[in-house]
Amino acid sequence: MAEKHSGMTLIVKTITRFTVWLILLYGIFLMIHGHLTPGGGFVGGLVVALSFIHMKLAFGKKGPVKGSGKTFLHALDSSGALLFLGIGVAAFFAGLPFLSNFLPKGKLFDLFSAGTIPILNFAIMLKVGAAIFLVFIALNLYEHGSKAGNSEDSKNEKREGE
Amino acid sequence: MIASYFVIIPLLSGFVLAMSGKRNKFAELVALITTSLLLFLSVLLFPLINASGTIFYQLSGWKVPYTISLVVDNLSAFVLFLVSLVAFFSTLYSIGYMRRFSSLSNYYGLLMLLIAGLNGVTITGDLFNLFVFMEVSLIATYALVAFQGEAEHYEAAFKYAILGSISSTLILFGIGCVYSATSSLTLMQISIKSAETPVLYLAYGFFLTGFGLKASMFPFHSWLPDAHPSAPSPVSAMLSGVLIKVLGAYAMIRVFFMVFQKSSLVLETLLVFGAITMVVGAIMAFGQNDIKRMLGFSSVSQMGYIIFALGLGTPLGILGAIYHMLNHAVLKGTLFLDAGAIEMSEGTRDLEKMTGKSDQTVYVSTLMASMGISGVPPFGGFFSKLVIIMAAIYSGKYIYALIALAVSVITLTYYLKMLKKAFPSTGDAKIPSSMKSVLIIMSLLTLITAILFIPSIREVTLDKVVDCVTNREVYSQLFMAGGN
Amino acid sequence: MGLYLLSFILFLVGLYGVLTKANIVKIILGSGIMGYAVNLFLILIAYRSGGTFPILLPGKDPGLMVDPLPQALVLTSIVIELGTTALLVALAVNIHKHYGTLNVRKVRRLKG
Repeated sequence: MAEKHSGMTLIVKTITRFTVWLILLYGIFLMIHGHLTPGGGFVGGLVVALSFIHMKLAFGKKGPVKGSGKTFLHALDSSGALLFLGIGVAAFFAGLPFLSNFLPKGKLFDLFSAGTIPILNFAIMLKVGAAIFLVFIALNLYEHGSKAGNSEDSKNEKREGE
Repeated sequence: MIASYFVIIPLLSGFVLAMSGKRNKFAELVALITTSLLLFLSVLLFPLINASGTIFYQLSGWKVPYTISLVVDNLSAFVLFLVSLVAFFSTLYSIGYMRRFSSLSNYYGLLMLLIAGLNGVTITGDLFNLFVFMEVSLIATYALVAFQGEAEHYEAAFKYAILGSISSTLILFGIGCVYSATSSLTLMQISIKSAETPVLYLAYGFFLTGFGLKASMFPFHSWLPDAHPSAPSPVSAMLSGVLIKVLGAYAMIRVFFMVFQKSSLVLETLLVFGAITMVVGAIMAFGQNDIKRMLGFSSVSQMGYIIFALGLGTPLGILGAIYHMLNHAVLKGTLFLDAGAIEMSEGTRDLEKMTGKSDQTVYVSTLMASMGISGVPPFGGFFSKLVIIMAAIYSGKYIYALIALAVSVITLTYYLKMLKKAFPSTGDAKIPSSMKSVLIIMSLLTLITAILFIPSIREVTLDKVVDCVTNREVYSQLFMAGGN
Repeated sequence: MGLYLLSFILFLVGLYGVLTKANIVKIILGSGIMGYAVNLFLILIAYRSGGTFPILLPGKDPGLMVDPLPQALVLTSIVIELGTTALLVALAVNIHKHYGTLNVRKVRRLKG
């Protein structure tokens, strides 16, 4: 059964091919509806990260998501945080205080409403998804000489505006 | 608007640095620009507050009970200046000191997060936001303590992180108690409402334990001499110089003196445990051979002075505490930076193995800072200790004054021991010029802080801070007036 | 009142784990339990009898909701705990690499 040491059995791999898309979509669904229902950027990001972790667990090191995308993930991680800060600072140019909702708010209970909040949710999703996946990679595929503890500490900042 | 820059700028540069990968020169440049900008802005705050009163800034376009506010009064501006000063010199020193490590952008990124957290704690007007920023700075600190990557650094960081998470949990419990008693998290509103409900003793206990752990008060002091020496020297200077003061002493002043009503029970606890802390720290420091570990115990002892002076509760005691915060930040910052320079030229931190290779500049600045911290007259440290002892005498606590005096003598003894062992002869090991210039400026600052004791200068600087602490009404009236 | 006390007892269980266990993983779990205790406490102080979930839906009366603010605090504190726990686990991995053990009684290179 264990002829190749990469990932789990064929059954798991086959099922994963179907479920991973559902999990990813569910994460994005949670993020998009963050301002209407429970969920939002953090939960959506977690579920998105879980879909990638799922793939990693099922397919092992040789899976479709390569372990060498670390720099890209770091960039994604930081750009999420920078996007959040950027939207916060953009309110200055509208003459409002930091993190003000300067976009038109739309109608209550509409999908496209609530001004900047969906964009902030998207920023948080980027940040959390990348950071959780990075933590998983750092702890799971632990390489010698790499510092595992550096990426996750910046995760707390994005919630401070709330 | 200027208040929010103190958090936005370091966060921005922190995340830019986290993205920047292996570009070391770029990382140094960004960090230096950020910290010097923050120093400039924090100096700019004083005339602004003088001209237009306390800066009160509400985030996200809502009004105050429903949003997070940033409040920069005289106390906050003072502590902000302290943080920015030590942060600037630490960054400048890091350029010469940290070159031997790889992944410098991670280091500077974490340092920027630490500064963002400290600034946030200082300027926030919301109890829960204080907790969040505290965690931001603490998590950056845990990673920085483990940065050098030897076995004992991980051990120290683990110990620190576990104790830190216990104290954070206690503080969160306290926040829950306060919220259930006053149904508000805005500090100014709590200070109005807590006048009506003085029964918050449970929250007092939680906050006293939590902030006491962060200020390394006596039963909880054991993490500090492990954690602070394990960090790289510039970070040690940040930790001992400002982090324990902001998270411990400043948070205590803000919560116990300005938000809650003055409670004699809390003051008594601070007085007794502060006195024990300074004695225990001094005695433990006496037996140390590791130079940075000795400085760590010395920090415990000096924090004991600050907590003790706060426990006196009189305006003179608060003046002493605030003045000693400034002096200790400068002095301990200098001493840790000196220790880094000594370690660099000797190759060891063990006092017994030192052969006196260090530079003349290092010797002079260590001498000045040691004299300052043990309270020898022309330096700032003497005057702040004088104020504390005078405050103890004026409030009739003669025995405590005697203890403070005795601890000061013990401090002098172990610093003399350190000087004798570390500098038997004058060597000529070269250190980078950026480090040297920082040491020279910092050791000049140990003299300059003494100027603040002159009454006419004290009136426009320190006395304003003390006024800000003692006038609770002014703080709570901010809430009534509203801002922006 | 009894429920508040129970959440404090849960906190003490976590504290007991942190203070007495020798295994680093158990210590991390203990600190997690402390965090859950305080989260539970915050949720409990938000409760009002007969209250419903605090989410505004079409045609829902906002007057009957429980207090949403402590729930927001709990969300934030969960995020912070996640960061701290990840950092602690990373430190534990490194400690295991350097000392070859997870027993804190053997991890004693620092004096004092």
